[in-house]
Amino acid sequence: MKKHWIIAAAFGMAVSLPALAQDKVKLVDVVELSGAGATAGTNWKNGIDLAVADINAKGGILGKQIEIVHYDTQTNPGNTRAAVQRAIDEGTYAVLGPVFSGPIGASMQIAQRAEIAQLVGGEAAGLTKQGNQYLFRTSLSQTAAMPKIAKYLKDTVKAGSVAVVWVNNDFGKGGRDAIIPELEKAGIKLAVDVATEQGQADFAADAIKVKNSNADAIFVYLNEEESARFLRAAKQQGITKPMVGETTLLGAKVIELAGDAANGVKGHVGLSIDAPIPAFQEFGKKFQAKYNYVSDHNGMKGYMAVYMVKWATEKQKKFDKKGVADTLRGATIKTSDEPGILIETTIEKNGDLDRESFLAEVKDGKQVITATLPKINP
Amino acid sequence: MAEFLAYLIAGIATGAIYALAAIGFTLVWQTSQTINFAQGEFVMLPAVLVLLAIKLFGAPIWLGALIGIAAFILIFGVGFKLAVVDPMIRHGVLPLAIATMALSIIMKEGAKDGFSAEAQKFPSFVPTETISVFGAAISLQHVAIIAVAFAVIGLLQWFVGGTKLGRQMQATAQNPTVARILGIPVERMVLLTFVINAALAVVASVLISPIYLAKFSNGEVIGLFAFIAAIVGGFNQVRGALVGGLIVGIVDSMAAAYISTSYRLAVPLVLLVIVILLKPEGLMGRKEERRV
Repeated sequence: MKKHWIIAAAFGMAVSLPALAQDKVKLVDVVELSGAGATAGTNWKNGIDLAVADINAKGGILGKQIEIVHYDTQTNPGNTRAAVQRAIDEGTYAVLGPVFSGPIGASMQIAQRAEIAQLVGGEAAGLTKQGNQYLFRTSLSQTAAMPKIAKYLKDTVKAGSVAVVWVNNDFGKGGRDAIIPELEKAGIKLAVDVATEQGQADFAADAIKVKNSNADAIFVYLNEEESARFLRAAKQQGITKPMVGETTLLGAKVIELAGDAANGVKGHVGLSIDAPIPAFQEFGKKFQAKYNYVSDHNGMKGYMAVYMVKWATEKQKKFDKKGVADTLRGATIKTSDEPGILIETTIEKNGDLDRESFLAEVKDGKQVITATLPKINP
Repeated sequence: MAEFLAYLIAGIATGAIYALAAIGFTLVWQTSQTINFAQGEFVMLPAVLVLLAIKLFGAPIWLGALIGIAAFILIFGVGFKLAVVDPMIRHGVLPLAIATMALSIIMKEGAKDGFSAEAQKFPSFVPTETISVFGAAISLQHVAIIAVAFAVIGLLQWFVGGTKLGRQMQATAQNPTVARILGIPVERMVLLTFVINAALAVVASVLISPIYLAKFSNGEVIGLFAFIAAIVGGFNQVRGALVGGLIVGIVDSMAAAYISTSYRLAVPLVLLVIVILLKPEGLMGRKEERRV
């Protein structure tokens, strides 16, 4: 008799499993949780988890709960390709991540071939110049950011010459190649062009080189940890010239790691929890309450990525993988329609974004927003 | 001149760290005729353990440092010798070398998963100010690294050459069989060598982590450059490791300054190849003969 009950229970469970699975929509996040991109990747992952928890608590997407899976790429392009393929094989609804531009470039064709939207955190200008209709940024592209930086260096910093320090990977090379023509256009002389390595630990020689260039300002375009190490090395060498950066240099993690050396850093930031936007500040509070540290822009990007998928799905009123990309392309997501997007965001046809951004400065270990810049195409 | 001096000081400071790690290579080589491929991780881990002790016990920095350093010396000085070297050495040096490779991975992944994959700020015991020397801005942290590293190496040299215990250690390294006949407690001397290696790694870790930040992957670069330094200077000589470390540090700094920042990592490797081709025993090393 007992055996019959067991068989009946097992049968019942087996029948209900597909039903349970149907109540969920799977999202796979492919991200740098170790290696050189660990800082950025961890923030991105935590932002995603926060968004998923929020959405699931409110009933999910079109009544389905989100099942989120994270795969660590170890900041390795080969691993990233494998992880994206695995995500697609496992039936992910959309691919989230990675954050580093090199691994994005190495893996984006896989999602493209599968006609699945891939929402990434990378900023390298070249990513959206390859005609990939399934790649979407969550941050401003270097193409959008660098003219603002050059203008800032000329008009606000009043720099006649600038030293450019960049990391020799896709992100850094893209930034370097984007800023130098903009500096030329602005009539600013390139004092010295310093390439550094991803994961580099010792920046003493680079800091000395920059110091001896006698540039009026230094444009620093490195990843989070390297940014902090460079700022520390610059302080060690007694560099007092303005340090100017783009988003990463003014990030919470860099400020935390660099300590006093980050004070005085200026630049342009695409996203910041310190911006005078209530939704950003609210996100910052929620993030800190959950993870016990301050989110940087990558946390916000991860959060927004999930909401972009949610918005596109609800817009098309059905779960259609290809439709997500079709719906996102060329759309403008307003906060009145989807509060989770945090700020009105226009998605260009090529996957680039257009939205307001900010000028900021680090004062007493805190990022202070000094101005809000409008969208490029308001 | 000022510029050159700044590069030189930066190179010597970096080189002093490589030298401390390289001495570890030579000490392990002298006592067990093997290469400790986890040497870089030996320099990475103490800083992580200090931060972990602060985090776990809510301890003040000085207590966290004491707990972390003591734990490291116990586990990776005494423990390394008893749990890895002793069981493996009986099977020859190759299994032992492979065991140290495994240990390196375990230490790295353990630090990553048990503590953090992200870089962490490590407190500096020296102010981050600069002083002016002949017009060059010299960082006090670099001065401290050079002073402490040289003091520690000097102390080690005095201990090895000027004390009974040190001479016993040296005798053990040169010929354990004869040392045993002379009544030297060989096992204890070998253990002491491993404890000294761990202590040197701790010093290097505490000196470099405020600049490099504490991160699980720091051992990769330090281990590689210290290994190059040990070969360049001479794998069987402590003073060779010191010279090798300084040469590699200075060459690295000068390469970044005057050759190319893009190819700086390749320059010490080129130096390594040249030394191996011209003087395989290293600049200060002595030729070793083996009966076969």
